[in-house]
Amino acid sequence: MSACLAIGRSCVTRWMLCCFLVLLSAGGRADEPLKKASFIPLWFPQAQFAGYYLALEKGIYRRHGIDLTIIDGGSQRPPAEYLRDGRADFAALWLTTALQRRSQGLALVNIAQVVQQSSMLLLAIKSSGINTLADMAGQKVGLWGGDFDIPPRAAFDRNGVQVNVVHQSATVNLFLRGGVAVTSAMSYNEYHTIVNSGVNPDELTVFPLKDHGANFPEDGLYALQQTVQRDPQLVDAFVRASLEGWDYAFAHPDEAIDVVLRVMRKARLPANRMHQQWMLSRLQDVMRPAGNGGEAGVLSRQDYQAVTSELQRTGLVRDVVDYDAFVRRPAPGPSRP
Amino acid sequence: MKQWILSPRTIAARLILGVTLSAAIIFAAMLGFNHQRSRALLEKEVASGAHNLALASVNRVEAALGKVARGGATLAHHLENSAVSERELRALLRSVLDNNPEIYGAGVAFEPDAQPGRSRPDAPYLYREGVNLKSTAPEENFDYLHQDRYQIARELGRAGWSEPYYDEGGGNTLMATYSVPIYQGEGAARRIKGVVTTDIALDWLTQDIGAIKVLASGYAFLLSRNGAVVSHPVAEYIMNESIFSLAEARDDAALREVGRRMQRGESDFIAYTTKEGGASRLYYAPVPAVGWTLAIVFPEDELFAEIRRLTLSAAAIGVLGILLMALVVVLIARSITRPLTALVAVAGQMSGGNFDVKLPSQLAHDEVGDLSRAFAAMNLALREHIRQLVDTTSAKERIEGELSIAHDIQMAILPKMLPPFPHHEAYRLFAAIEPAKEVGGDFYDFFQIDDEHLGLVIADASGKGVPASLFMAVTKTLIKATARAGRSPAEILDEVNDELASNNDRSMFITVFFGVLDLVSGELCYTNAGHNPPLIIASRGEPSYFPRSRQLVLGAMEGYQYRCDSLWLTPGDRLFLYTDGITEAMNENDEQYSEQGLMATLVAQGPCGLVELVGATVAAVKAFAGTAPQSDDITIMAVEYLGGAKSTAVHVAAGDRNSS
Repeated sequence: MSACLAIGRSCVTRWMLCCFLVLLSAGGRADEPLKKASFIPLWFPQAQFAGYYLALEKGIYRRHGIDLTIIDGGSQRPPAEYLRDGRADFAALWLTTALQRRSQGLALVNIAQVVQQSSMLLLAIKSSGINTLADMAGQKVGLWGGDFDIPPRAAFDRNGVQVNVVHQSATVNLFLRGGVAVTSAMSYNEYHTIVNSGVNPDELTVFPLKDHGANFPEDGLYALQQTVQRDPQLVDAFVRASLEGWDYAFAHPDEAIDVVLRVMRKARLPANRMHQQWMLSRLQDVMRPAGNGGEAGVLSRQDYQAVTSELQRTGLVRDVVDYDAFVRRPAPGPSRP
Repeated sequence: MKQWILSPRTIAARLILGVTLSAAIIFAAMLGFNHQRSRALLEKEVASGAHNLALASVNRVEAALGKVARGGATLAHHLENSAVSERELRALLRSVLDNNPEIYGAGVAFEPDAQPGRSRPDAPYLYREGVNLKSTAPEENFDYLHQDRYQIARELGRAGWSEPYYDEGGGNTLMATYSVPIYQGEGAARRIKGVVTTDIALDWLTQDIGAIKVLASGYAFLLSRNGAVVSHPVAEYIMNESIFSLAEARDDAALREVGRRMQRGESDFIAYTTKEGGASRLYYAPVPAVGWTLAIVFPEDELFAEIRRLTLSAAAIGVLGILLMALVVVLIARSITRPLTALVAVAGQMSGGNFDVKLPSQLAHDEVGDLSRAFAAMNLALREHIRQLVDTTSAKERIEGELSIAHDIQMAILPKMLPPFPHHEAYRLFAAIEPAKEVGGDFYDFFQIDDEHLGLVIADASGKGVPASLFMAVTKTLIKATARAGRSPAEILDEVNDELASNNDRSMFITVFFGVLDLVSGELCYTNAGHNPPLIIASRGEPSYFPRSRQLVLGAMEGYQYRCDSLWLTPGDRLFLYTDGITEAMNENDEQYSEQGLMATLVAQGPCGLVELVGATVAAVKAFAGTAPQSDDITIMAVEYLGGAKSTAVHVAAGDRNSS
């Protein structure tokens, strides 16, 4: 009897607590209408952006008061230009791209640094005899356009290697057919695509750029200076919701992959579960690197200094602004523990 | 009957077990072998069928691809060798599409420096939309330079097929592009001018390959050069999966290796497991023109369904056959064991002594029938034999009865008591006869010839049984009848001998010691006709054998003249008469008691009464013989001469056969 009572009481208590929490989270903002905002990732929908899709899917953005639209990215859709033209409020950009655009006059602000390390690789077929970066001298090396060539160019410059740059497409076919001796690849993407096109890992020579003087943090979240000034609460909410989305994605990888695959199919993109799983795992490696003492989601002053000095040295970026002018740390808030 | 079937000790059970089991094993082995062979043969056939099927499909694909490629090559050749205006170029593209229904779209794109003075690149592209031809919007920049269909041909400097891809502009058509680089200039000045592209829509191919029906649920699929799925019954796989991603999902290194072999243009017939885990066979063959691979999946259960059905039918027939065989074995076993069981019962009755049994009738002409017949014959023979045995036994019993009577008669004719003669106080006499099992020929006798003369006879007829006892009786009677006062033992024995020897066809004889003791003088006049020498035991002295004076046995020769010997007894002297039953008594070691043995017994005995003397001697002989059977009568007669004193006869004859 007393046990029944206890159960009953605990259920009631829990239910009441739930109601209270719902009221707190939803009702707290019930008086404020959802703010419309848009976000463009730096590439086609894939697990590289799982956190944002999950945050949208799971209503995390709404919970943070944002009615977010995620614009499909792609090779023909430079996010910086979407920001510049006001077609997107937020964008995901590589740090190098953002620095370059900022030096070109676009008032970008880093509102979060999601990926703390470089995932970019240069790959060569082992039998081609390219065993060092120096071996690439004079060889055809595939580099992407759209500012993705900055890290490898920095690495070549640092190592004094002159290569025959071939502007490569988004596919790995040019490399697979032998059109270039060396190809650019992201460890979470093209590397796996090449392996799953029948090239065994032991047939590849892998040059991670982070081991060749170009360990540039990659994906970060950006907004225009004016957006930050106009609605800093929105910016903070967007950052918190996005990072929460990433937490959720890593905590529920299968669900995350399901969501990503759905988005990809909707965008009529080849969607392969194994590939997206690989991508999410590698993203987790570079977003939560073991032993990294830095604050999650924040670009450290030290990294910023290292990247800007390297880019200035190589001449890839002319002018850099002060760290505090470029990076905005979110105001401490209750939403994110 | 239950136990009869179940017990492994019965013939029937062993037969059923042995025959059925071996038949089942042989059958199963044959069935297994046949099944495996059939599978191997079928597999061979299927491999060849798969090869042909694949070849046909590959040829269809290649033919279509070939037309598209030739269209592009022709256009490229034309553009390389002649300068054309923008208008002419579009007309050319139109005619290429008009003349080649397989071509989905055709275009030409030029290097930026190939068309100097133009603000926009000229890269016309025509494609089909339904029955109409459409043109894409003019290019605004040189983005196409970095697209696979342009760039790969440019960088490689040779024509080739692209990986399949979804057309971005058109209605999401899966297509592949054949790109041909075109050049201008000669020798060192030769430079790339642009790339001609002709596209093939792969939808029809997907349908064509998808339409390949293999058995009930088999299917074919097409893989690109990168291993990507171009055509597959699972639409979701198309352009999403590759054989390598499938291998990765299944963690199947072998499948990945198969993919790599496909990429090398190999073909093979291998075991394959579908995603659902179904065991299958996979045949794959290259599409050489594009470096693609056509693969055909044969579900194993369907592939071998016919053989499995055949094997199952054969197994069912086999099981029925084995059951039938077991039934036949049971019947045969019963036909064998039923008469045997009957015989066992009969034999049991017979061993209980009942020969009046009913033997199995209606016998088969086989070994069991022979056994039954032999058994019946044995029963008959046994009954006859037993009947004879009963007769023989009764005859033998009768004879034995008669022999017993004969023995009784023999004993009865021996003197049992000294007749009331005068001077009988002049001697003491004791005699004993220990007959052997059979009726023997020993006898003793004593009689007073007259008042002063005592006749003493001890004899042993040759042979045994009734003849010997009759001969002995005749001899005893003759001696007693012939003995008269005044006649010497020799004269008496002459007469008895003549009487016995005449008409002695059977050549029987008898040893006799016959003495006549003069009770007054103590003279013993005697004749020893072949008998053992008696002993004289002097009243004060050692026993000694009579001097050797043995003469011919009675009955051997008619007219033989016996002589008399004599010796004198003093009062207290004893005569010890015996037959060879004493001296020739055998022990277990076949040693004879002998005269020395007898002498030693008598010496050891010392002075004692006649009864003790005789009893001790008999006991000594028996002790010597031990367990050895007594073969001859033991007869002793002891006489003590008392001289002038009156003699008394003491006689206890052990004449009763039963008490001996």
